[in-house]
Amino acid sequence: MKSLGSIRRDFAPWNDPSAKPYIQFDNVTKKFGDFTAVNNLSLTIFEREFFALLGASGCGKSTLLRMLAGFEEPSAGRILLDGQDLRGIPPYRRPVNMMFQSYALFPHMTVENNIAFGLKQEGMPKADIEKRVAEMLKLVKLEQFAKRKPHQLSGGQRQRVALARSVAKRPKVLLLDEPLGALDKKLREETQFELMDLQQELGLTFVVVTHDQEEAMTMADRIAIMDKGEVMQVATPAEVYEAPTSRFVAHFVGNVNMFEGKVAERTDKTTRITGTTGAQIVVENGAAAATGADIIFAIRPEKIRVSSKKPADALNALEGEVYDIAYLGDMTVYHVRLDDGQLVRASALNAARVSEDPLTWNDRAWVSFRPDAGVVLTR
Amino acid sequence: MNATWSRFNVTSIVLGFAFLYLPIVLLIVFSFNESKLVTVWGGFSTKWYVSLFHNQGLMDATWVTARVGVISATVATVLGTLAALTLTRYTRFRGRVLFSGMVFAPLVMPEVITGLSLLLLFVAVGLDRGFLTVTLAHITLTMCFVAVVVQSRLVSFDRSLEEAAMDLGATPAKTFFQITLPVIMPAIVSGWMLAFTLSLDDLVIASFTSGPGATTLPMKIYSQVRLGVTPEINAACTILIAVVAVGVIIASIANKRREVQRQLDERAAQRG
Repeated sequence: MKSLGSIRRDFAPWNDPSAKPYIQFDNVTKKFGDFTAVNNLSLTIFEREFFALLGASGCGKSTLLRMLAGFEEPSAGRILLDGQDLRGIPPYRRPVNMMFQSYALFPHMTVENNIAFGLKQEGMPKADIEKRVAEMLKLVKLEQFAKRKPHQLSGGQRQRVALARSVAKRPKVLLLDEPLGALDKKLREETQFELMDLQQELGLTFVVVTHDQEEAMTMADRIAIMDKGEVMQVATPAEVYEAPTSRFVAHFVGNVNMFEGKVAERTDKTTRITGTTGAQIVVENGAAAATGADIIFAIRPEKIRVSSKKPADALNALEGEVYDIAYLGDMTVYHVRLDDGQLVRASALNAARVSEDPLTWNDRAWVSFRPDAGVVLTR
Repeated sequence: MNATWSRFNVTSIVLGFAFLYLPIVLLIVFSFNESKLVTVWGGFSTKWYVSLFHNQGLMDATWVTARVGVISATVATVLGTLAALTLTRYTRFRGRVLFSGMVFAPLVMPEVITGLSLLLLFVAVGLDRGFLTVTLAHITLTMCFVAVVVQSRLVSFDRSLEEAAMDLGATPAKTFFQITLPVIMPAIVSGWMLAFTLSLDDLVIASFTSGPGATTLPMKIYSQVRLGVTPEINAACTILIAVVAVGVIIASIANKRREVQRQLDERAAQRG
């Protein structure tokens, strides 16, 4: 798996206009009675992509997955898989398999019979089934547990059986519904990397539903952030974090400081913003808003520097008072109350054992950041 | 355990158990009575058991009861399971509340009413009373009990098991027979046993719906007792008690074993 890094770095079909979409949601709407779970949603997923649907519970991400699996039919719109319209195709005829949040292992069958279940439905010859099951058991390192029943396994082992069962048929797409939700933290982190390796090894398209942003960031090539049945942004983990396109996304992923203001002046590269109290900052990224428009400036805590003196070279520097300090070992988090009353969160990596510029509670302090450190948001 | 054997505790237990079991113990004891007089002890003997097996009337009644029990329990189990499936799965059809109420009403319906109404029905449609009518009546009686037992299992049934099976390529029919049915089988089996037991000891409904040639064991015993209790009847009842007791004991031991094994397995699994 040495080349994994470079494979993943080069893999970006979403930037290639000639790339053929593999899964396509076309203006899909799903209603349950009066409740709209998915609202006129369009989304494209590419072959061999590790795609994550991220959102809070009730945002429609699971409904989207269930429509792909065939357990729900869209109320409007269509879903295409490899060019084929999936409308009307029942779950048992779709070339996708799903790994369930509860694992849904058949309690009355042994591990090997669980894995063989899908292959038997296909009518695969017995010898081939045995071979494939052995292969799958090896893949998830459960060879010695083949004859056990699900209740004789630990949580992590059950998760791996569920995984082996869902990839045994070599589906075109593997759907994973909160695949690591039931595992404890340490096991979850290990399993994240195992899943990524597995996806590369099998060359499958993975669509994973999760509410855990760290999980999505670690594993996925691209993330769709969902809210109230709509996709807020689809982008790589780095883009989602560094260049959110909305307040919701900026808030949902990681920590963020937000400032309200108006556009004072725009050049083709930079936007100058006047804060509500008159402070001026210059920003290079984000939405292009017209002069005079109300906007939000969002910046991550680790992009902000806190110092006792105003840095000489800083384009953007605001003065305030240290309100709170949290020492977390690897880093320190400062809460600085600016003179206009706004609270700013800034984090500094503790690269040295002793800080050159020690700050303490109620000290006067400057927060400064580069023009390319934050983004302008219009929604 | 810090139970102290206070006088109050001991008295309660003795009284309680005496109340429950004294009549049964008396019945068993007198089934081994030498004397023909039921309430006068004349020494130990097993002769009533021997004569029991030569009493053609009782033996016929036993055979009728067994057949009615097996057939009615089996049909009631199929129908009750289907009713339970419908009631738990299709929660949005019109009149569901009414339907579920109607399935369970016979649970609390006085048996006299059930018996009488069935009798009226059989007369109205011109069915000759006999083996068939008793069996039909017992199906009606026991079906709702099966539905209750199976439904309580289905409520906790993880639907994602069925979705997983379909996702892996099993058609709905295959999913039902390969996944749903095996998983709820214990509940179906206990539903069957409950139905069989109910059919076995029913007197009221059988009296209403039975006809010549289809006398069940409870009917036979009841009619003989009206002519005076014979030790033979005591012997018959003792055998009945023994059969039921052995069944219950085997079932509970098997249950207990499975439970213990399961706990051991789970603990072993957690250790890795």
